[in-house]
Amino acid sequence: MAYNFHFDPVDLPPECKELRKEVRSFLRQEIASGGFNPNSGKGTFSKEFARKVGAKGWIGMTWPKQYGGHERTHLERYVVIEEMLAHRAPNRSYATADRQSGPMILKYGQEEIRKTILPKIASGDLCFCIGLSEPNSGSDVFAASTRATKTDGGWLVNGRKIWTSNAHNADYMIALLRTSAKTKENHRHGLTQFLIDCKSKGITIRPIINLTGQHDFNEIFFDDVFVPDVNMIGEVDNAWKQASDELAYERSGPDRWLETFASLEALVQRAGPSPSDSLAEGIGREVAHLATLRRMSASVAGMLQAGKTPGVEAAVVKDLGTNWEQALPNKVRLMAPPTGDSDPDVNDDRFEQALRHTTLIAPKLTIQGGTREVLRGIIARGLGLR
Amino acid sequence: MPDNIIVDTASRIFADLCEPATINAAEEGTWPAALWTALEESGLPLTWVPDTLGGAGAEMTDGFAVMRAAGRAAAPLPLVETLIAGWLLAQANIEAPAGPMTIAPVYADGNLRLESGELRGRSRSVPFARNTRHIAVLTTQGGKPVVALVATDGLAINQATSLAGEPRDTVSFDGATAIASGPADALTLAGIVQLGAAARAQQMAGALEHILDQSVQWSLDRVQFGRPIAKFQAVQHNLAALAGEVAAAGAAADAAGEAIAQHGVGHDITSAEVAIAKVRVGEAASTGAAIAHQVHGAMGFTYEHSLHHATRRLWAWREEFGNESHWSLQLGRMVAARGADELWPMLTQGS
Repeated sequence: MAYNFHFDPVDLPPECKELRKEVRSFLRQEIASGGFNPNSGKGTFSKEFARKVGAKGWIGMTWPKQYGGHERTHLERYVVIEEMLAHRAPNRSYATADRQSGPMILKYGQEEIRKTILPKIASGDLCFCIGLSEPNSGSDVFAASTRATKTDGGWLVNGRKIWTSNAHNADYMIALLRTSAKTKENHRHGLTQFLIDCKSKGITIRPIINLTGQHDFNEIFFDDVFVPDVNMIGEVDNAWKQASDELAYERSGPDRWLETFASLEALVQRAGPSPSDSLAEGIGREVAHLATLRRMSASVAGMLQAGKTPGVEAAVVKDLGTNWEQALPNKVRLMAPPTGDSDPDVNDDRFEQALRHTTLIAPKLTIQGGTREVLRGIIARGLGLR
Repeated sequence: MPDNIIVDTASRIFADLCEPATINAAEEGTWPAALWTALEESGLPLTWVPDTLGGAGAEMTDGFAVMRAAGRAAAPLPLVETLIAGWLLAQANIEAPAGPMTIAPVYADGNLRLESGELRGRSRSVPFARNTRHIAVLTTQGGKPVVALVATDGLAINQATSLAGEPRDTVSFDGATAIASGPADALTLAGIVQLGAAARAQQMAGALEHILDQSVQWSLDRVQFGRPIAKFQAVQHNLAALAGEVAAAGAAADAAGEAIAQHGVGHDITSAEVAIAKVRVGEAASTGAAIAHQVHGAMGFTYEHSLHHATRRLWAWREEFGNESHWSLQLGRMVAARGADELWPMLTQGS
């Protein structure tokens, strides 16, 4: 057998259904009171919103209570994330910390850091960014060369990071730094993860505007930035061991197929209750894909909850999801009834705005968080081809 | 959860008695007698018949798992159709007879009538009609839905095949008498088509699993440029894409099966889940078959190589009981009628 794919049935327990109602109600209330606008098309940064979400107990949901978490299940967390994304809630200030940085610190951070940092992530008070890519190391992660050199009580960091989303808003960064040279036996040897306070002396952040006109990316320059010993995450030189399966599973979540959902929703709105057959057929086709992706994604969350390790399933969901959500805006464009003088002004046209935003972000969807090419290589390995 | 013993039994029987030679012989017209006998002895064809009516009385999901195994094996006989026929007869409390069965009509515009104990009408593309002993039909009597059991012997059958080489015969029921019949008020042709679509989705999901296995193995065995073709990135990426389609197909087919098990045929949720499955699995069949053939090169294009046993069935089954366009239209109408604000709630209903 090449690989025996198995997706457990999605059978969310009653507490998940209740939680979903609660989250939906909270979000509708926030929208109604002007807390956020789901149709603004821009990823709003709002620590105020993050603190509200944190106060509800919806950040760090699965973490131990001793670190500010809530010891809830993967499925409950899945439900919260799904609702947040479907409603386009402004989770930009806490999503990275919740999804990646927090779990990394929880698993590999030193106790002092866990005790001080994790509760503040869970409360919505901290924003994290990921210092991974460099001008010469993107997909080739282990080509990173920004150095951390040992000094008294800590390390001195010199070099650059690039494509760092949200660095200009972040309180902390988890950076992958070179502490030793590669060896012949292990080309992945020599990289170490560190927690870096973004307000440290010696850090310069330069904005990179993306093609949507938004400031999300940054380039970061490190000039003898001091990082204390306690901020090392995991073992020195062995960051490659921390690319654990556990964290990889998180990558098959709803953020891999909901980023362009707004375009489909807006199309259904525009279609009205009795669209033409061709428009109805087009809508149905995309909904079939979306529903299947959702089923697979929720299933992976359930399997994680049950202690299983659906490695290839998770990678496949991410590949299918990102490819589908990337292709969606153009299909929506072609399905939509033509516009004309009877339509609202462009600036007030919700459909047009949703379509523009999703069209512009489409290219990044199969690049961010691991390119399609690398991902397919991972799947190929799972099939036994490499 | 499907009963593993039932699926394991089916898989073992297929492994022993459903080899490529058997499938080719079936296309030539040789009935796979040993395979059918083994299946019948294990009780598998009556998986969906309650034990009160002479069947195995297993769960709906067990039957769907058997269908998946049958699809994986490209079993060239009406196991799936007999399961559906048994279910259909049970809706009218009619005991299922032994032997291979099929169902009619298979189209939503089917038009069979029962008048004074005699049937009228013709059904096209009846799967394996010529190989069966009985046909379970959904007909009407005085305008009301009635299930009838008809003996195949004596019916006028016009033989034809699907592009997979399986019998899809036109059956004329004019003048045929019903051995048994009973009312089935809750049943509609749309319901039969829905159940058939869910069945084909399972069969396609199984066939897709098989061609993934075959394609991976082929790529590891076939050496060109001094190495297995599995080592080339282009081939790896194609197989990764195929894996995605296989995974999606299995998940979608199972969701439809579970909806039928939980809510029954004809329920709103079932209608949506079956539509989703038939669309998604149909697309996976098209994309997947193309990739499998590409990986196999010229050898996979021969009759002698067994790849076509699966791919021709994928191409045939995606068209049966409504194709992707038909079910996309149904689903799109459902979605549009509910409105944009209900789209997300609809996707998360029941979970």
